[in-house]
Amino acid sequence: MPLDTDIKRVMVIGSGPIVIGQAAEFDYAGTQACRALKEEGLEVLLVNSNPATIMTDKVMADHIYIEPLTLTTLERIIEKEKPDSLLSTLGGQTGLTLSMQLAKEGFLEAHGVRLLGANPETIAKAEDRQRFKDTMLEIGEPVIPSQVVTNVAAALAFAEEIGYPVIVRPAFTLGGSGGGIAGTEAELREIAGNGLRMSPITQILVEKCISGWKEIEFEGMRDRNGNVITICSMENFDPVGVHTGDSIVIAPAVTLADREYQMLRSATRKIIDTLGIEGGCNCQFALHPTSFEYAVIEVNPRVSRSSALASKATGYPIAKVAAKIAVGYTLDEIKNAVTGKTSACFEPALDYVVVKLPKWPFDKFVYGKRTLGTQMKATGEVMAIGPTFEQAIMKAVRGAEISLDSLNLPKLKDKPMDAIGRLLHNCDDERLFVVFEALKRGISIEEIAEITMIDRWFLHKLNRLVAFEQTLERDGLDDERYLEGKKLGYPDRVLERISGGRVERHLSAGYRMVDTCAAEFEAQTPYFYADYACENEAAAFLAKHDTGKRRVIVFGSGPIRIGQGIEFDYASVHCVWSLKQAGFEVVIVNNNPETVSTDFDTADRLYFEPLTPEDVMNVVETEQPYGVVVAFGGQTAIKLTRHLVARGVRILGTPADSIDAAEDRERFDALLSRLRIRRPRGQTVKTAQQALVAANELGYPVLIRPSYVLGGQNMIIAFSDEDVTEYMGIILRHEIDNPILIDQYLRGTEIEVDAICDGEDILIPGIMEHIERAGVHSGDSIAVYPAWNLNGPLIERVIDHSKRLALALDTRGLINIQYVIYENEIYVIEVNPRSSRTVPYISKVTGVPMVDLATRAMLGEKLTDMGFGTGLYQTPPYVAVKVPVFSFEKLADVDILLDPEMKSTGEVLGIGKTRDEALYKGLVAAGYNMKRRGGLLVTVRDSDKG
Amino acid sequence: MEQARYLILEDGRVFKGKPFGASGQVTGEIVFTTAMTGYLETLTDPSYYGQMVVQTFPLIGNYGVIPEDFEGAAPALKAYIVRNWCQEPSNFRSEEDLDAFLLSANVVGLWDVDTRELVKIIRERGVMNAVIADSPDLGERALQELRAYRIERAVEQVSCGAERTQRAEDGKRSVVLWDFGAKRNIARELLRRGCDVTSVPAGATAAEILALRPDGVMLSNGPGDPAENTGIIRELGRLCEARVPIFGICLGHQLLALAQGGRTMKLKYGHRGANQPVQERGTKRVYITSQNHGYAVMTQDALPKNAVVSFTNLNDDTCEGLDYTDLPAFSVQFHPEACAGPLDTRFLFDRFIRLMEAAQSARA
Repeated sequence: MPLDTDIKRVMVIGSGPIVIGQAAEFDYAGTQACRALKEEGLEVLLVNSNPATIMTDKVMADHIYIEPLTLTTLERIIEKEKPDSLLSTLGGQTGLTLSMQLAKEGFLEAHGVRLLGANPETIAKAEDRQRFKDTMLEIGEPVIPSQVVTNVAAALAFAEEIGYPVIVRPAFTLGGSGGGIAGTEAELREIAGNGLRMSPITQILVEKCISGWKEIEFEGMRDRNGNVITICSMENFDPVGVHTGDSIVIAPAVTLADREYQMLRSATRKIIDTLGIEGGCNCQFALHPTSFEYAVIEVNPRVSRSSALASKATGYPIAKVAAKIAVGYTLDEIKNAVTGKTSACFEPALDYVVVKLPKWPFDKFVYGKRTLGTQMKATGEVMAIGPTFEQAIMKAVRGAEISLDSLNLPKLKDKPMDAIGRLLHNCDDERLFVVFEALKRGISIEEIAEITMIDRWFLHKLNRLVAFEQTLERDGLDDERYLEGKKLGYPDRVLERISGGRVERHLSAGYRMVDTCAAEFEAQTPYFYADYACENEAAAFLAKHDTGKRRVIVFGSGPIRIGQGIEFDYASVHCVWSLKQAGFEVVIVNNNPETVSTDFDTADRLYFEPLTPEDVMNVVETEQPYGVVVAFGGQTAIKLTRHLVARGVRILGTPADSIDAAEDRERFDALLSRLRIRRPRGQTVKTAQQALVAANELGYPVLIRPSYVLGGQNMIIAFSDEDVTEYMGIILRHEIDNPILIDQYLRGTEIEVDAICDGEDILIPGIMEHIERAGVHSGDSIAVYPAWNLNGPLIERVIDHSKRLALALDTRGLINIQYVIYENEIYVIEVNPRSSRTVPYISKVTGVPMVDLATRAMLGEKLTDMGFGTGLYQTPPYVAVKVPVFSFEKLADVDILLDPEMKSTGEVLGIGKTRDEALYKGLVAAGYNMKRRGGLLVTVRDSDKG
Repeated sequence: MEQARYLILEDGRVFKGKPFGASGQVTGEIVFTTAMTGYLETLTDPSYYGQMVVQTFPLIGNYGVIPEDFEGAAPALKAYIVRNWCQEPSNFRSEEDLDAFLLSANVVGLWDVDTRELVKIIRERGVMNAVIADSPDLGERALQELRAYRIERAVEQVSCGAERTQRAEDGKRSVVLWDFGAKRNIARELLRRGCDVTSVPAGATAAEILALRPDGVMLSNGPGDPAENTGIIRELGRLCEARVPIFGICLGHQLLALAQGGRTMKLKYGHRGANQPVQERGTKRVYITSQNHGYAVMTQDALPKNAVVSFTNLNDDTCEGLDYTDLPAFSVQFHPEACAGPLDTRFLFDRFIRLMEAAQSARA
């Protein structure tokens, strides 16, 4: 069945702000879906409150509403826009739940809107715990003994019946919010109570705990003709008990014999068929490690985080195909975009493995509970592709931005043996490294397997790395061992560090293609991963497809974490598009499977690789680019600058030295005094002792932060010597090559400027003002555009300061400047000559395509030729408010008080005619329940009193 | 350092690798499979007779060796080529590692080979002969042998030696399994459906088979060039005349087509894997199938006059199944018995049962 011609005007609901459990993967999915729909000539109507997304870009849909994702808003939009259908399965849980509510109320039917991709019946069967269980039992699929309860007493009674430990899973929550494992009655009382509160329908599932079973996932796809395929299997390194979003995952599954594999694959088919899914579906299973007993844990009848991973792992564009199915196509009618010849109705064959490593926010929330369980805590993830688990896990770890380049976690090194043994019992974000250390200390695989229940297959693989490192340490580096090390995934500097020797002849990586078919068919996918001692397929590809165009590499932003979110992927993708437009052949390097940038058709070529010096230099060697771009990939890309410059790679845009000039305290102070621009007084220190001296000299409160870090990673306000000592301890725990900055802290009005500079002029699309006091991290502040507390002369001075700073730093591209207005005087807090978190937001509310202009400026074009003028861009007749969204409910023991360290995971945008309206919309979109009545809780920390 | 061994292709390309399993110089036809699981079934599938099998998935042997998953008594393949084999397998049923198994089964193994490059060559140049040797330089004689190598009389090498009956728990009908190198799961699927299964050697005649008074005849999979089996094709023609219900799989499908006047051709590099999509005529339904074949039945003008194509391969449009208009017979090129691979088309065994039921009630 081809395109359903009754469908002409499709509404797509996005997933809203990034929160833990619902991250950038839905921008990737939504973007792919919107493109697929537009490809069919359909009119696309998009609603999403998250401005930092590609999917809310003008080109992605015909009509875009950056509005709160609430029933009222959606109903109003449907009444106004009159879509004929609604695609519900690509906006995560948020989009799905809202669609179902609209359907159940009869609103859709009343307005002649057809629901695509799922029907309420299906969704209820998959999501309502009791109906899910009944459905599974009807078709003979085993589930874990469980009972749905709506009060704590019933939970306790059932647990008594099946025995502890039990797992609590609240109904209709994201990423398992509010769930947990209870080993005792007291624990169950607490967890069940919490879960019931979190569930919008006050319903929880209490089930038998099957911790230790293998956790296996299958990603499936079905069309209306009943064709079902499974796209990818995945096996969790961490057995059942850890949320799959918090598990290290390998794809395909590796410890299953064909019999177990087909058993679960068939179960997946049966479930998808029974639910009558039309589109993508994810099935999670628990498999007993020593029998064929299994249980269906969860079914997600929509595109999910796992499907984003499966999509990047296999090259199969799941969201795109799901969208095409939703509008009428069958799988056999859709082409396999990778081979261009075969159809989308097949199952990818991999000739590599993929490892996913979650990225947790515990570096931000140092007092947060690190234990992993049924409630997801990761904010993002990295993926690595390699021929072996060893190589892939090594790549994943060094690309995860956790200050590690191998599996050796320094802080474990000096721990006594019994401490390591004890740590093995902790299931937290560091377990992989504890296991590695335990193996190094000679704790047996058997013992570790008993304690952790991690499959021996993984432990043996880790042990191979241990054995290699021990040999290397003992016998040193020779050619053979060097090659072995490279194949196991070691960067040169780690081999040198462990062996104490020098790498005499560096071996560069070659690249293999991701082609969905294990080379069975010729493919032209420009999607590569590095391997050693292999033919370089990327080089062959370049030779074959020589376009004569100059090549540029854009370095992406790595995993989503607090402080560096989807905004940088937005900027990277726009930079890629602008470079293509300007006639370059563009290459992207990134390792985040959740993003638009890692779709293989975003740039001309994609290298799915960690963003570390050696990895990116390998790409540079193969690509031989004209230049590279580091300005849009956040801290991850910026960090590469020095290494690239040292290797003679041309950095496009603002000179690398300007970044240094903005970060280096002395140079920056010299620059400011030359420009006669004020800044809060400050000093540079390297030790806790120096910090104490500096703080006392400047006078409390002071702001402490590491240099060369974008907007506030590890930034805090200290009010006392104790604070300084404590914070310095935390900061110094990270691997830091750069000094730490201590500034006088001024309590004034904070404003923020993003500008584009071409080396002669600047364009300021808009000036933002933060609602919170200065000192709350700018990413956590509610930012209002345009700024309302500035008078004409002050605005003129801000423009003047910004221009002089941008020119002095020889900026060619974007620059972000934060000021504090204190007693009618302007002070510069921070200058970053690169893309910032606010760029998508300002681009969208002002209509100035900032990344595009910045990219063109970077290439030498003049602002005066771009049609947006110079100076401050015209102010619109509306107000826009950016409201941060937090995920505190997912993280226990985290101080929810905001300070200079950023804590929000995402943001929403509210636009209105007045500041009040915009703020109201923004707060509603962010999920705040706005009521006319209510109390106000005022608490004051001791340091804030007086 | 481990001693290097070499894979020398007929076109002169040489791949360096490391030995595992049995040693010795060996010549065979090199083919690849893209299945990611099921290496044990692959190793013991009699249809690989005379071939060297390359696995595209780079990690082989992860779950060790599980004899109950074998599809034949012993490996029939010539050599086994992988990127990595797993020295510490992990699965509750595993009894040993792959190296030990290949050694005891006397199969030459080669690992640490760039299998992706190798597969690309086979894909571009087509299936060819190859030799695994201790030296990259073959003598003239070995080279000649390499070029001259042909898989011949394969079926008789892997067929059962004598007639043998397996009884179903609740035997309702009897099926003769004409064994051209049958995978074990074919019999298991029939037994599961209440059929007593009598395997007969490839050399059995139609008269001998009919003398067993079967309710149906199952034509098994098997190795080699189908057209070479002229004796079997002749007997199969006679069997068809008796109007006994027939279900053919893989080689059985090809032989049936040949017996009805069709023709077969050699594919460039065959279909071997667990992800091959086939589309059913009429319903347009697509099934993911397990496949292992190097030849295919020719369609259009070459098709037997009494046959219609029932399944087509979605990748290359080749014939994946035939229904016979004037015979109680049908056949498929793929493997509904799976093992290894998807179980999606097991319903074809039910169709065979219904075919036998229909024939029974027609007789009654």
